[in-house]
Amino acid sequence: MSKRLVVFDNIGIAFDGRVLLSNIDMSISEGEIVTLIGPNGSGKSTLIRTLLGLQEATTGEIVRHKTLRIGYMPQKLHIDPTLPLTVKHFLALVRGVDKQQILPTLEKLGIAHLLHSQVHVLSGGETQRVLLARALLNRPNLLVLDEPVQGVDVNGQVELYNLIESIRNELHCGVLMVSHDLHLVMAKTDTVVCINQHVCCSGSPQHVTGHPAYQALFGVPGADESIAIYAHQHDHVHDEHGSILSDDDDAHAHCKHH
Amino acid sequence: MLDLLLRALLGGLGVAAVAGPLGAFVVWRRMAYFGDTLAHSALLGVALGFLLDINLNLAIVVLCVGLALVLVTLQKKHIIATDTLLGILAHSALSLGLVAVSFLDNIRIDLMAYLFGDLLAINQADVYWIYGGGLAVITLLVTFWKPLLAVTVNEELAKVEGYPVEAIRLLLMLLVALVIAVAMKIVGVLLITSLMIIPAATARKLSKTPVQMASFASLIGCLSVCGGLWASYRWDTPTGPSVVVCAALLFLMAYTLPFKRIR
Repeated sequence: MSKRLVVFDNIGIAFDGRVLLSNIDMSISEGEIVTLIGPNGSGKSTLIRTLLGLQEATTGEIVRHKTLRIGYMPQKLHIDPTLPLTVKHFLALVRGVDKQQILPTLEKLGIAHLLHSQVHVLSGGETQRVLLARALLNRPNLLVLDEPVQGVDVNGQVELYNLIESIRNELHCGVLMVSHDLHLVMAKTDTVVCINQHVCCSGSPQHVTGHPAYQALFGVPGADESIAIYAHQHDHVHDEHGSILSDDDDAHAHCKHH
Repeated sequence: MLDLLLRALLGGLGVAAVAGPLGAFVVWRRMAYFGDTLAHSALLGVALGFLLDINLNLAIVVLCVGLALVLVTLQKKHIIATDTLLGILAHSALSLGLVAVSFLDNIRIDLMAYLFGDLLAINQADVYWIYGGGLAVITLLVTFWKPLLAVTVNEELAKVEGYPVEAIRLLLMLLVALVIAVAMKIVGVLLITSLMIIPAATARKLSKTPVQMASFASLIGCLSVCGGLWASYRWDTPTGPSVVVCAALLFLMAYTLPFKRIR
């Protein structure tokens, strides 16, 4: 059986008497992808922050394996515009980083060309990858990703999730992901934990979507037709400027660029 | 006369060299008002130094460092918004200093020199203070450069990666306090922060990396000191304000002349 990296034991958090989280029990093992879902204000981020040591739990305990090493990818990155900083210098700030690893890591994430870019001019998707690179450079056995695909378009989301899965397969690390968008998360996840102040339900994605507690929070799958998912047939590649890299006219068959 | 000017130049350059990199951190972390608060309280340090009959430079350093610690503690308690808190402390300390100075009947203090600085009045001991303090600040800055920068860029990431965030933040405040105490003689309590932030802001336009910005800030500060001192000698203008005017001119030049915007 895989090593259990983190065990949340009856975690409860309260602020000024207001209960944010109670009786949270869950665990993450090596090689496991756990997705934490819940509506806004359900305490997802609070739980993550407690794991990261940015916040104290009021009750209960987080048991960390002695080898635990976390790579954290925050939701977004704000760097003061008065601070000139290239991606390379940003990544060199990782504590105890092996600078030789910076370029290979960027190559793995497909953003080697950003090495000398200023962090302020990156797009949403590029920023996410740079943040992922920073998390990886910390040589983690647990990746903690807070809304990793926020502000990334659907294709980008699929790519990013594929990337995360391939990283898991390569490093055999645990992955704890926070999300409020389910449709794309489900496929790659081993365990989904649905929380709303407490653990509503948890298990495999199929199990969770069928669970009454999940349906009470997010609705019955397919019941709400107000949002349709557009299946984009992306059969071509863009270069850095967004132009289509293909001399084949058929590249436009499925997708019109105006 | 030459001796006097040389000493003034030496002292000024020492202060500008240290104020540059620290100023960069002040700009990055938006601590300008914090610097002002410490600077304003320095006058109280002078008064206390006279009252208790201890070395003035030492009194200023102790008071600035003490106030920095008080600020950090109060800030953590979230009693009141930080800028309000700083405003209260800055002006209370300045007023308290002015009141305290007025009690010193038997000592005549050149208030103008403390408020606006007098580069030409620095003596040999001051130069030692500047270079001793400056060396200490630079050594700490170089030693802790990476953690200081990591905490400035993103405190949460730094904390998760195991940097001692609280300690580093405190270190930075103490460094600012030390620089202010040392620089006070040169540009005075009302103008110190300008010597920290104007060269740093000018350097931003020319830099691609934090190290570049810190070094350029030092250089630009030194240029301002030279220019200000020269103007002061040439036209008999007050030295402190002349240095600041010179720094402001360089800032204007950097932002109006058609340099390529560095991205």
